[in-house]
Amino acid sequence: MISAAIIVFRETLEAALILGIIAAATVGVTGRARWLTAGVLAGIAGSLVVASLTEQIANLAEGMGQELFNALVLGVVVLMLAWHNIWMARHGATLARDARQLGRDVQAGAKALPILFVVIALAVLREGSETALFLYGMSLGGQHDAWAIVNGAGMGLAAGAAAGLALYLGFLRIPTRWFFVVTSGLILFLAAAMASQVANLLIQSDLLPSLAAPLWDTSGLLSNDSAVGLLLQTLVGYDANPAGMQVIFYVATAALILLGMRLARQKPAPVGSPH
Amino acid sequence: MSVFKASVFFAALVSSVAVAAPPEVHVVIKDHRFTPSEVKVPAGQKIRLIVDNQDATPEEFESHELNREKVIAGKSKATIYIGPLEPGRYPFFGEFNEATAQGVVVAE
Ligand SMILES: [Cu+2]
Repeated sequence: MISAAIIVFRETLEAALILGIIAAATVGVTGRARWLTAGVLAGIAGSLVVASLTEQIANLAEGMGQELFNALVLGVVVLMLAWHNIWMARHGATLARDARQLGRDVQAGAKALPILFVVIALAVLREGSETALFLYGMSLGGQHDAWAIVNGAGMGLAAGAAAGLALYLGFLRIPTRWFFVVTSGLILFLAAAMASQVANLLIQSDLLPSLAAPLWDTSGLLSNDSAVGLLLQTLVGYDANPAGMQVIFYVATAALILLGMRLARQKPAPVGSPH
Repeated sequence: MSVFKASVFFAALVSSVAVAAPPEVHVVIKDHRFTPSEVKVPAGQKIRLIVDNQDATPEEFESHELNREKVIAGKSKATIYIGPLEPGRYPFFGEFNEATAQGVVVAE
């Protein structure tokens, strides 16, 4: 039961943190609750499908199907997070120029929701399919009775969701003028962290060279196993022993998004025109 | 090209590919345990780690030290490229059965 609780907690935490950041980034946008809930539900449904197809996916591309599938899912999420941040930078500039635009801008914010729906659905899909497989494997294992598994999974899910909620509530206390900076900063780190995971998956399947592996090793200082390490891993992509290629992906993604945001800010949308 | 020439050419091609391919190392999962639990590999070289899960249940091969993570369905094999590694010990475990599924890659 404890192992079920721990695994479900870890997987839930990753998805819940992403959900918490996105929920905070969309405060005040009409219809967000519906879109975010739909994203979670679509992600859970997708998880069950992916978990049941694990073997088939794994056998694709000479056994590298799983890496390629995960890399694709993460790649799409990175692109969407990048797009969201750049779009919000442009949107934020317009907002700053004319406060009376607020009503309209909140409405325009609703246009980013379908993108965020996909981000959440894919984040839940990735973590959820692992969880579903684990629980399925446990139930097949036979040493655990179903009730203990359900109990453990429920505890893990509740703890993970609570952590995501705590993060979200913490965000709401950030003063308004810092709010945009903090949320878009976190989304930037999240995207860069996922890009580095994409690199790692491609290295694991021998499609990319690792370059220096590892480039550094700080597992003695802060291991990815520890609670803080896990949290930082999910939030900012902390890796105790990353390959050189991962660092390149991380830095390049962060730099490109920052550049995109800067360009978008310099050229704000014309006042009054819908984005 | 005659059949003979073609087959010689093909054999040469296959053997050159075989030479270029990184060495393979095999690990079996059975009853939620890795066999062998200590895997020796040459240091400074890329390795093809082939994990054969003979259990009916899925397992997740995971190693923080190797920076690898891969789900392996029940009754199936997975290939994971690791290295080139510095000499040292690189523990791995089965995330779905952490209590019993423990192992270590030793590069030397
Ligand atoms: Cu995960």
